[in-house]
Amino acid sequence: MTIASPPSPSPQPLRLQPTGWLRYFSFSLDHKVIGLQYIVCGFLFYFVGGALAGVIRTELATPISDFVSRDTYNQVLTLHGTVMIFLWIVPVVNGGFGNYLIPFYVGARDMAFPRLNAVAFWMIPPSGLLLISSYFIGGAAQSGWTAYPPLSITTPAMGQILWIVSVLLLGGSSIFGGINFIATILKFRQPGLKLMQLPMYCWAMLGTSILVVLATPVLAGTLILLSMDIVAHTGFFNPASGGNVVVYQHLFWFYSHPAVYIMVLPAFGLVSEILPIHARKPLFGYVTMVYSIMAIVVLGLVVWAHHMFTSGTPPWMRLFFTIATAFIAVPTGIKFFNWIATLWQGRLALNSAMLFSCAFILQFVFGGITGVALAQVPFDVHVHDTYFVVGHFHYIVYGGTVFVIFASIYHWFPKFTGRMLDENLGRLHLALTFIGFNLCFAPQHWLGLNGMPRRVAEYDPQFTLVNQISSVGALLMAISTVPFLINVVVSMVRGTPSGPNPWRALTPEWLTSSPPPVENWKGAAPLVHEPYGYGGPAGVVDLNQASGRDLWRNEP
Amino acid sequence: MRIPSAILTLVVGMALVLLGQWVANDVNLLPESASVNAPVYDELFRVLVAIGTMLLVGMTGVVIYSLVRFRRRDGDTQDGPAIEGNLSLELFWTAIPAVVVLFLGIYSYDIYDRMGGMADLNGHGMGHQAELASVRESGPEDENRIWGGIAPAQSSGDVIPVEVTALQFAFIFHYPEQNITSGELHVPTGQTVELRMKANDVIHAFWVPEFRIKQDIIPGQPTVLSFTARKAGDYPIVCAELCGPYHGGMRSHVVVDEPESFATWVETNTPATLS
Repeated sequence: MTIASPPSPSPQPLRLQPTGWLRYFSFSLDHKVIGLQYIVCGFLFYFVGGALAGVIRTELATPISDFVSRDTYNQVLTLHGTVMIFLWIVPVVNGGFGNYLIPFYVGARDMAFPRLNAVAFWMIPPSGLLLISSYFIGGAAQSGWTAYPPLSITTPAMGQILWIVSVLLLGGSSIFGGINFIATILKFRQPGLKLMQLPMYCWAMLGTSILVVLATPVLAGTLILLSMDIVAHTGFFNPASGGNVVVYQHLFWFYSHPAVYIMVLPAFGLVSEILPIHARKPLFGYVTMVYSIMAIVVLGLVVWAHHMFTSGTPPWMRLFFTIATAFIAVPTGIKFFNWIATLWQGRLALNSAMLFSCAFILQFVFGGITGVALAQVPFDVHVHDTYFVVGHFHYIVYGGTVFVIFASIYHWFPKFTGRMLDENLGRLHLALTFIGFNLCFAPQHWLGLNGMPRRVAEYDPQFTLVNQISSVGALLMAISTVPFLINVVVSMVRGTPSGPNPWRALTPEWLTSSPPPVENWKGAAPLVHEPYGYGGPAGVVDLNQASGRDLWRNEP
Repeated sequence: MRIPSAILTLVVGMALVLLGQWVANDVNLLPESASVNAPVYDELFRVLVAIGTMLLVGMTGVVIYSLVRFRRRDGDTQDGPAIEGNLSLELFWTAIPAVVVLFLGIYSYDIYDRMGGMADLNGHGMGHQAELASVRESGPEDENRIWGGIAPAQSSGDVIPVEVTALQFAFIFHYPEQNITSGELHVPTGQTVELRMKANDVIHAFWVPEFRIKQDIIPGQPTVLSFTARKAGDYPIVCAELCGPYHGGMRSHVVVDEPESFATWVETNTPATLS
């Protein structure tokens, strides 16, 4: 009997994937490449969405419609909302940071379904381009990102159909991502790593992905019915054919309210990673943080009708959705108190990552307070569909997630590139964004209370001054991206080398080189049982001296 | 000697409460209140502002204090204390917000009830039918009418019915009893007006900021909305639901008159009828 000896390994290891910069334009299966693809791609769309916001604020600098035509204005506001939600925030906080970090956190070499992962990313650029190109072929959708029928049925069909197709593709991409995250977190954990030992971002992504998988198909089905009303003249939502428009609103918000948590929960997770490291303290109340994420997931699915308090909903529904909505403030509040407790008595490094996170806390608290107010039916009836709501949700999605995206970029840029971002430019970026943001959106609450509805190109001249203040704020926000861009480009080439672990962090992504190798860790993956084990008796392990492997070997 | 932190906390807490009360009562953020609903609404608004101000200023203060007080000095590489949690603290800040939120929910339910919102929404339902002026003299189409949810139906005698038609991009008001058709709404003070609203094309919304009422006007779903004006004046009617390119221009006025001048207006505008 002979035993065939295994073939000797070829001297040149077979390259399965392109290397160098080209891999960022390839169908790469590496979760780190895909994560960065999401982030950079999302950022490009952020500029498109920001430019559209610039058009809106320029138009609103004067009370008459004089900058763009009225049709164009409605196309611009529809595109602004759709681009910012579906092409910037959702892909970046889920796909971007999720892909980059989750395999590290569970101790895996890649996501559970790498090919599906690449497909999910590569659905985004074409659908984004399709959405934006609809503006040039016959005009984009003009019925707002909510696409309420009958308006969406009566406005030009071409733009609305292209909008539906691209949102369907983006929703599909989101579902693929969600399935992948659930499988990776539940099934790809290293042996010996328990669920309750995972970094908080894993829990946030698990909760988010559950919402994505449960809610997004409802949106997809709704939009398919809507497109049939448009092209095949069916009567699901068209009252002229016996349809019911309120049913569309129920179905739409069944996805689109959880969508807020799909944007915000990952941001909560990212903040939970950033704060302990820069405060040098354990994350306060790990267990309650996990339970509050899950409570937000459950409650988030049963609050949708608070968007419809003026749509003739029955009283029991108003009462139920008021209470359910207001109760979301409880688990959310727990998270904020826990973050503040994490800061308390810490040794806070006042760097850009920390300051952006703290700005997030302040702004989200304000957005949360106006949110609890909006949950009260009598209050909501007055300010529904006004600039008060515009101000409120920008405090949630911009103050809540975009600030966290910036904090995360300052925090993980050394891991992505091996170089530090410049702190002075970072703080300048923070100051400009913080002032610009509050100048832009805080006055809008007053506008709404006093009678300015949203989605208008013209308004009562008594609101001119406040609108101009808001527009100045928007201009500052646009300017604030300049120091950020300079910082990223210059630091990528000439930044201070960061070394593997510049923040002396304990989470697994820092226990490898920067940028990490394709297989994430050379040799065995570290088993981190206490991702937030900061503090304690000083001098047990000197983090400046120890390598990542020493750290996890020293675990008892 | 250092002042004990418990005393400082108490003083800060009292200052916060005073600040919240001051902002709620002395900073006017709302437009004029011109309907019977509006003062009730403003009461809720003041409570929300007071609680919100306390929370926002308090939490902002704690974050800024932490950033200053616990900032890392140069060259300090030590960690903070390894505090991983505190069950009683967690229970404390779960229970307090839960109680506040529950109180707010019950309070706003009460407010909403006082505004008439919790009246049987299917106001055309069996027992309630007679109370609704609109149903009394209506055809079968009104079977579908949905109660707007603000302001109670008064005894039918005092109610002024007005038919509102919303279309791109205008409101048309029709007074069935006098057969007046108008582009602006005229109502007297102190008398309940019942708007029976329908939309011809897309969803619109009827909003009078000074009355604190808003109701979507949904095609295929006739809706009733009542209000009672309190102060004479000229207030804007705003469409608050995106309805097309001229949405921002879809505005009208509600002119609130004293009953005598309203009677004059009715008289001068009633079209001559062939008798």
